[in-house]
Amino acid sequence: MRSRFDIRHYSGFFAITCACLFILYAPLIVVMIYSFNDSLSITTWGGFSLRWYADVFTGPESEKFKLAAWNSLSIAVMAASVATVIATAAAIGMIRGGKFKGKSASFALISLPIMVPEIVTAVATLIFFSAIGFQLGTLSILVAHIVFCIPFAYLPIAARLQGIEASYEEAAQDLYAGRWPTFRYVLMPIMGPGIVSGFLLAFIISLDDFIITNFIKGAGVETLPTAIFGSVKQGIKPNIMALSTLMLVFSIALVTLSYFIGKRGADPDTTA
Amino acid sequence: MTAPAVALKNVRKDFGTFTALRDVSFDIADNEFFTLLGPSGCGKTTLLRMIAGFEETTAGAIFLYGDEIENLPPDKRPVNTVFQNYALFPHMNVADNIGFGLRMLRWSDADIAARVKQMVAMVKLDSFAHRMPSQLSGGQQQRVALARAMAPKPKVLLLDEPLSALDLKLRQEMRAELKELQRDTGITFIFVTHDQEEALSMSDRIAVMSAGEVQQIGTPSEIYEFPANRFVADFIGETNLLAATVQSVDEHRIDCVLAGGETITALANQPAAPGQTGYISIRPEQLTLTGSKPSGDSLPGTLDGAVYLGTDTQYTVTLAGDLRLTVRMQNSQTGAVPLQHGGPVHVSIADHAARFLVD
Repeated sequence: MRSRFDIRHYSGFFAITCACLFILYAPLIVVMIYSFNDSLSITTWGGFSLRWYADVFTGPESEKFKLAAWNSLSIAVMAASVATVIATAAAIGMIRGGKFKGKSASFALISLPIMVPEIVTAVATLIFFSAIGFQLGTLSILVAHIVFCIPFAYLPIAARLQGIEASYEEAAQDLYAGRWPTFRYVLMPIMGPGIVSGFLLAFIISLDDFIITNFIKGAGVETLPTAIFGSVKQGIKPNIMALSTLMLVFSIALVTLSYFIGKRGADPDTTA
Repeated sequence: MTAPAVALKNVRKDFGTFTALRDVSFDIADNEFFTLLGPSGCGKTTLLRMIAGFEETTAGAIFLYGDEIENLPPDKRPVNTVFQNYALFPHMNVADNIGFGLRMLRWSDADIAARVKQMVAMVKLDSFAHRMPSQLSGGQQQRVALARAMAPKPKVLLLDEPLSALDLKLRQEMRAELKELQRDTGITFIFVTHDQEEALSMSDRIAVMSAGEVQQIGTPSEIYEFPANRFVADFIGETNLLAATVQSVDEHRIDCVLAGGETITALANQPAAPGQTGYISIRPEQLTLTGSKPSGDSLPGTLDGAVYLGTDTQYTVTLAGDLRLTVRMQNSQTGAVPLQHGGPVHVSIADHAARFLVD
C-alpha cells in the first residue's frame, strides 16, 4: 500500500537515486569489468580474459601479494578475535552494569576511534609506539588493529544485548546457574548472532585498513592494502584490478554473512 | 513447631529516594498458597524479587525455613520463579529448558531425563518436549515455565503474575490447575497478582498491599467480609463507601449517622469513639431494593438506573444527602418487583452487612 507521503512522489527522486547509485558504484563496476581485460593497458578493452587473475597468483608480484594476504588475514583474525572478546565484555558492563559514574564517558571512550580522523589516530599511534620504544612490525600492526576494531565489534554486540531482556539471565540464576554458567549457557548463545556480526565487522575493518597500518607497519612488513598501494605507486597494472575485485567479492561475502547472521533471531524476545 | 516457609522481618526497600517497601513483616506458612495482591507500584513484585534474590533489602531480614538468606545470591537460594514473561530460553527446546536447573545442580543425565519426563507429563506437554519455545502457544509456554521452575523441587515457588498474559478462558483454567498443583506437590506458593478475583479464587491467605505497606493479611473470606480499612474494602470486590460519623458505641456494634441524617448500625474491627468520622462499607449484593417500604429498617431513595448483567441486575440509587448506592440483585429474585426508573424505592441492608472503617 502506498501512503500519501511515499518518498517516490517527490520530484526528482528517480534522477537523484540514479545519480547516487552511478557515482557510488560506477567506479567499482569499471574496475570489475576491466579486471577481465585481456589488454596490457588499463583503459583499452582487448577482449575477455582471466590472465590477470592468474597473474595475481603466479605473476612476478604474486609472492609479495601472497605474503601480504597472509599477513592481512592472520592479523585480521587475531585482531577481530581479541577485539570481539573485549567488546563483548564492554557491552555487558555498559548495558548490564546499571548506572555507574562515568558511563557516558566510557561510551565516548569506546566509540572514539570511530569519530577521530584516522590520520590523527595513525600519527598518534606511531608517536606512542616510538615513545615507548615498541618495535614496529607485525605485532605493532596487531595491537593497533585490536584497538581500532573494538568500537566496530562493540556496536552490533551492544545493539544485540540491548534487545535481550534481563529476565533470561535472572531465570538462569534462579535455576542455580552462577555467573559464568549464566553467560556460557544462556547469555552468550542468545547474543551469538550479535557477537558473530561484531567479529565479522571487525575482521573486515582490519582487513581493509590502510592509513594506520601504513604508518606503523615498519619496514618490510606489508598487508594487502599497503602492498597494493606500493604496487600502484609504480603505475596501475591490470593485476591490481583483479586483486581489488577479489578483495571486493570477499568483503561483500563477509558483510552479507554478517547481515544474515545478525538477522537470524534479530529479535530474541519475539521468538521466545 | 516448624519454622515458617518465609519470614519477613521489618523489610524495607528504597530505590534512590523512592521507598518501594516500608517496614514489612509477616510469615508465610509451609505448604501455603499465599498471594501478594495490590495495584501496580504497591511493592508486591519488589518483595517477590527480594525473596528470589534479585533485589537487595535496604533494611530488615528475610528467612527461609528459619535460615537467613539475605547474603545468598539467587543461584544459592532453594526457591524458583515463574516469570511474568516466562523467560524461556529461546535457544533450548522444552526438555532442555525444564532440565536446565537440574543440569546446574549437577544431577546425573539419567535423573534429569526421568525428572524432565515427569514434569512434561505433569503439565501435559508430553508430545512437545522437543519443540522450541517459539513454536508453542502462550498457554503452553506458561506450562513450560511452571515445569521448569518446579523441576528442581524448590522449597518455595514464586509466581510473578504468571497468568496476566493469557486470555480470560485460559486464565480461568490455569487458576484451577495451579491450585491443584500446589495441593498435590505441597510446595509453598507465593503468588503475585493485581487481579483480586485470581487472588480470592486460589489463595489460602492473601496479603493486600498498597504504597509499600501491607494493609491486611487474611483468608479470602476474611479480607472480603472484614476489610481492615477503606483501601482494602474498595480494592477487593465492589463496595459502597459512605462517609459516616459515629454516634454511639456498643462493643463492636456502632451506630453511625450518614450525611443525609439516617442512622446505620455497623460492625467495627477497631475501637471507635462517638464523634469519630469514617466510612460505612456495604457490598452491593448485601442490599435489597423494594418498591414499597419493607417491614424492617430501610433507607428511602430514588432509583437512578439499572444495568442488566445476566445473572444479576445492578441498580443505582440516590439517598437523602445526595449519597449514591450501588445495589446488585439476582434476577431470579427481582422478577416479581417492577421498579420504576426515577421512582421512589427502599433499600434494606442485610443483617451484619455494614462495616465501619477508618481511613
